[in-house]
Amino acid sequence: MIAALSQNTVNLAYLVAAVCFVVGIRMLSSPRTARVGNVVSAAGMIVAIVFTLLLESVDRYAFVLAGIAIGATIGAVGARTVRMTAMPQMVALLNGAGGGAAAGVAIAEFDRLTRFGGTPPGETAAAIVTSTVLGGLTLAGSVVAFGKLQELIRGRPIVFPGQQVVNALVFSAAVALAVISAPAGETWLLGLAFVVAAVFGVLFVLPIGGADMPVVIALLNAFSGLGAVGAGFVLDNNALIIGGALVGASGTLLTLLMAKAMNRSVANVLFGAFGQIQTSLGERGEVEGTVRATTPHDVAVQLSYSRKVIIVPGYGMAVAQAQHDIGALADLLAEQGVDVKYAIHPVAGRMPGHMNVLLAEAQVPYSQLYEMERINPEFPQADVALVIGANDVTNPAANTDPASPIYGMPILEVDKAASVVVLKRSMNPGFSGIDNDLYLDPKTTMLFGDARESVLHLITAMKDQ
Amino acid sequence: MSAELITSLTVFVLAAFLGFELIRRVPTLLHTPLMSGTNAISGIVIVGAILVGGAAGATTLEGAVSFVAIVLATINVVGGFLVTDRMLGMFRRRRSENE
Repeated sequence: MIAALSQNTVNLAYLVAAVCFVVGIRMLSSPRTARVGNVVSAAGMIVAIVFTLLLESVDRYAFVLAGIAIGATIGAVGARTVRMTAMPQMVALLNGAGGGAAAGVAIAEFDRLTRFGGTPPGETAAAIVTSTVLGGLTLAGSVVAFGKLQELIRGRPIVFPGQQVVNALVFSAAVALAVISAPAGETWLLGLAFVVAAVFGVLFVLPIGGADMPVVIALLNAFSGLGAVGAGFVLDNNALIIGGALVGASGTLLTLLMAKAMNRSVANVLFGAFGQIQTSLGERGEVEGTVRATTPHDVAVQLSYSRKVIIVPGYGMAVAQAQHDIGALADLLAEQGVDVKYAIHPVAGRMPGHMNVLLAEAQVPYSQLYEMERINPEFPQADVALVIGANDVTNPAANTDPASPIYGMPILEVDKAASVVVLKRSMNPGFSGIDNDLYLDPKTTMLFGDARESVLHLITAMKDQ
Repeated sequence: MSAELITSLTVFVLAAFLGFELIRRVPTLLHTPLMSGTNAISGIVIVGAILVGGAAGATTLEGAVSFVAIVLATINVVGGFLVTDRMLGMFRRRRSENE
């Protein structure tokens, strides 16, 4: 109506979009170019959408634009208002939306192909099955991941006997329904397959513990990309295939990276129902040693007389919203000539890279943020390792105790520092439910209380000196 | 296997390899914005939703399902790019940069 571009012209526009995506992701490799890179990717998306709208076969503009207006409003409000601590939930929901959309495209196209009693060709049918099943499981799995992260559903693994058999059966049922829908030419069968795949998504994520959510979110990210690839195969559309493949690669790589940072296989994370092992661990009896509590004043003195302090932030810091005050404390120390660095474990927080974003929000310059491999050799020279709301990622049992469920996991070696100060609410074990012997180490002192209040007390005590 | 399928598979496999090479260069510092940014790219499925739902002669069912797909994909695109921009705007090298 407005214009009528040929398929070839639009395909060229898709090539431009694909180049924008590639260049945009390439620019994400440095924090200096990253923001422009994101704009380049977004420009590619706008090109793809606008040229699609101008394609001669598209003419229900009011309908399409209404959908875009609704989605854009929801997306913009969500992106503007979400708190940085809630970023994993936001990304989970975005993954789910992408997966759901891919399934929607597959189902609608199936209905179109079977409209006059026809059946889709085998190749297309295979792609439709893939998109529908992946989309359903990504949508529902993401919603459950959201619920766990938002603590609407309990974070500890939810398990029942025979769970994996049930899950396997439900998954097979979803695939089977989708497969038979093609020769039958019945859209409702495919719709049912979508629903069963969604049930599988719920069952799949429910038994995974809250501490493993970084892996799950990365995996769902990969699935949402692969869902788009599937839809691309359904429609023979290269824009979808390339865009989806890039996302699939990103999600897969991050999944492997996260699992590696926990020293576990992806299969173990997904099917291991982490955290239940704790009961057997508790039987080893009372752990020897005592906990030494300290006061803000003592810690302030200790920090002031240090040459080098390494701050180890964990999710507890984010929960207490202490990141801004920690930035202020670090500034105070820097003014006194103390060398301050932050040690960031790859799985600190609830999604890959989460801690960096939280600290960036608190205006901590990224030149002070050190990843695990770079900071571990520096702990032996540190006078104080200040652990704030981090637990498992500092647990020396990962290096020393083969009986520990986290044995072999790479950790931040805070126990190598001359002294360790742990800010912690109480002696309760962390998100994963594992005891931490670091707290009983003779060179460790504990400052109990809400992390933010403790840091504020520290700042007051520093200023009083 | 049709010629179209072979071409599509070729594009997919090459794009996936390219993706791995690109993502490997992204520092852990930026993994969260990487995730939300690529997430927005997976919203490219909106193109598919427009093609199916925007075509003349789509039935009510196709229209309804595509409409939901358009809404979801747009949330993915707009929410993803905007939130990534918001995050990347916070990263600074020195304390004095911006404000």
